[in-house]
Amino acid sequence: MPPKRKPKLAVWKFSSCDGCQLSLLDCEDELLAVASHVEIAYFLEATRAVTKGPYDISLVEGSITTPHDAERIHQVRRQSRTLITIGACATAGGIQALRNFRDVRQFISAVYANPKYIETLNKSTPIADHVFVDFELRGCPVSKYQLVEVVNAFLNGRKPNTPSYAVCVECKRRGITCGLVAHGPTCLGPVTQAGCNALCPSYHRGCFGCFGPKETPNTSSLAGSWIGLGVREDELVRLFRGFNAYAEAFRKESEAHEK
Amino acid sequence: MKTFTLERSDVGALLDALKRRGYTLLGPTVRDSAIVIDEISRVEDLPVNWTDVQSGASYRLKRREDNAFFGFAVGPTSWKRFLYPPIQHLFAMLRAGKSFALPAGTKESTPSRDPKMAFIGVRPCDVHALAIHDRVLLAGPFVDPLYQLRRNGCFVVAVNCTQAGGTCFCASMNTGPRATEGFDLALTELITHKRHYFLVETGSDRGEALLKSVPVSEAGADEMKEARAACEQAQRQMGRSLDTKQLREVLYQNAEHPRWDAIGARCLTCANCTMVCPTCFCATVEDVTDLGGSRADRIRKWDSCFTLDFSYIHGGSVRASAKARYRQWMTHKLASWVDQFGTSGCVGCGRCITWCPVGIDITEEARAIREGQPTEARTHA
Repeated sequence: MPPKRKPKLAVWKFSSCDGCQLSLLDCEDELLAVASHVEIAYFLEATRAVTKGPYDISLVEGSITTPHDAERIHQVRRQSRTLITIGACATAGGIQALRNFRDVRQFISAVYANPKYIETLNKSTPIADHVFVDFELRGCPVSKYQLVEVVNAFLNGRKPNTPSYAVCVECKRRGITCGLVAHGPTCLGPVTQAGCNALCPSYHRGCFGCFGPKETPNTSSLAGSWIGLGVREDELVRLFRGFNAYAEAFRKESEAHEK
Repeated sequence: MKTFTLERSDVGALLDALKRRGYTLLGPTVRDSAIVIDEISRVEDLPVNWTDVQSGASYRLKRREDNAFFGFAVGPTSWKRFLYPPIQHLFAMLRAGKSFALPAGTKESTPSRDPKMAFIGVRPCDVHALAIHDRVLLAGPFVDPLYQLRRNGCFVVAVNCTQAGGTCFCASMNTGPRATEGFDLALTELITHKRHYFLVETGSDRGEALLKSVPVSEAGADEMKEARAACEQAQRQMGRSLDTKQLREVLYQNAEHPRWDAIGARCLTCANCTMVCPTCFCATVEDVTDLGGSRADRIRKWDSCFTLDFSYIHGGSVRASAKARYRQWMTHKLASWVDQFGTSGCVGCGRCITWCPVGIDITEEARAIREGQPTEARTHA
């Protein structure tokens, strides 16, 4: 059997903090194994050496926030057989999508000395709003285990094990006592997708919702019960406006409590 | 069955006797604002002078002052964690041409050693839950060998309840507050103004044999009476009740009851109720490969009927709505479980009420469906 050509992997950056790309570099133990099964063809965060496309797998980090981004993502799509978005920016618009709830021109004039050089879109939007996405990997940042799992699943032609149920399932499997019940609100775990292995609850912090809304999230029931326990509406707005503020379920819930 | 008494100061001797026989001790202990079940090594690890206050979606630890070892109700941990672990590696397979095969000489599911565990402080409701799992996982045509191995090595020290929790309803389910079978030893903690001691009942030969190396005395009629009275007091304190009369028929006849819509509007489908339930046993298997595809591992994980994947078949999930998922869970637990396994799937421990983030109360929902109340779900109790 002739040796199979290694699939070419590309990693692209849009508006983001680079944390998700770092998660790939952070896969220290698995990184050599990954590199022996794929050709890392385009990954500027790791190396200047670039191999021309097309690419078999493209990992896309970041959201679309500028007219230039909106053009470039189409070029990336054209060069990519499989396009996988990684992280809250790419899948939901990221923390920078907080601008979507305000008038971005006011920010520009408040922040920049020379606003005329700033060319930006009104909204920060996820990649899937612009091009077809084959798979979305959630998280802020993504879990390195899930990242390797997705690459692994791609290489082996199988479905990745990245469940869309609540963080609570991982929390309970780990035997962590539910902080929401045992010391009071608030934890977004019951409406947030698993994948972090209940990281914050394991340090006695409520879930911040980094992995975005779970499948069939019932945010209004959770928010309603918190209101019953004395949580203020403005606190609810802040809770749902984190890294996944613009993900539909969280966006609608925060808007429902905004006066 | 024989009945003895054990002084408070000799509880340590009981634990030591189990340790000398090679048992790992698992029992209640305070961790992270709750009384959880974990490995313990000495009496000081037990939640001495702690109790809990429970209601829908709320659990708070509180101090007590009578030096009680077991002055609390069930916490978030159920014993299934140790007999039916949340994540379990089942087997590995190696690449053989175009498919995978078990490596030569491997038998499926052969754990390396017999884990000898002693469960300290199993409440009567949980004793019943163990019996239910035995039926589900051992009594059918397919025996779960991993569960069987752990269960065989398991020594059960039950502790009868002399105080009920805010979400307890074992009295309705006939599973407590006093254990009658399914244990090696059953203790009842008795605290009077002049004496703090335990009534110890034996439930097996090995339970009786163990007591030969523990300083116990034959129990008298007064002591037995005192223990009975203490359990009766717990019976009267039940925080919740569930009318089980023809409950199966009531649920079957009300699959389209409007109350299910009201529950569906509240239910988060977060799966917490199934994770804490001592009888829920649903699991999924995940197959993972190594990057090169030369090895595949199958891992079993606790699953829940509240996830979309659980009912996913060609074309989508059968139970897409929260209403459908809650109805499935509750109807299975209280009705079709009876058809399937000959008992109710609910032991009245109340965990699903306490640990539901929005406090959905299975007893309240059952009552509403029986009484035909269409709307207005009661919020926090």
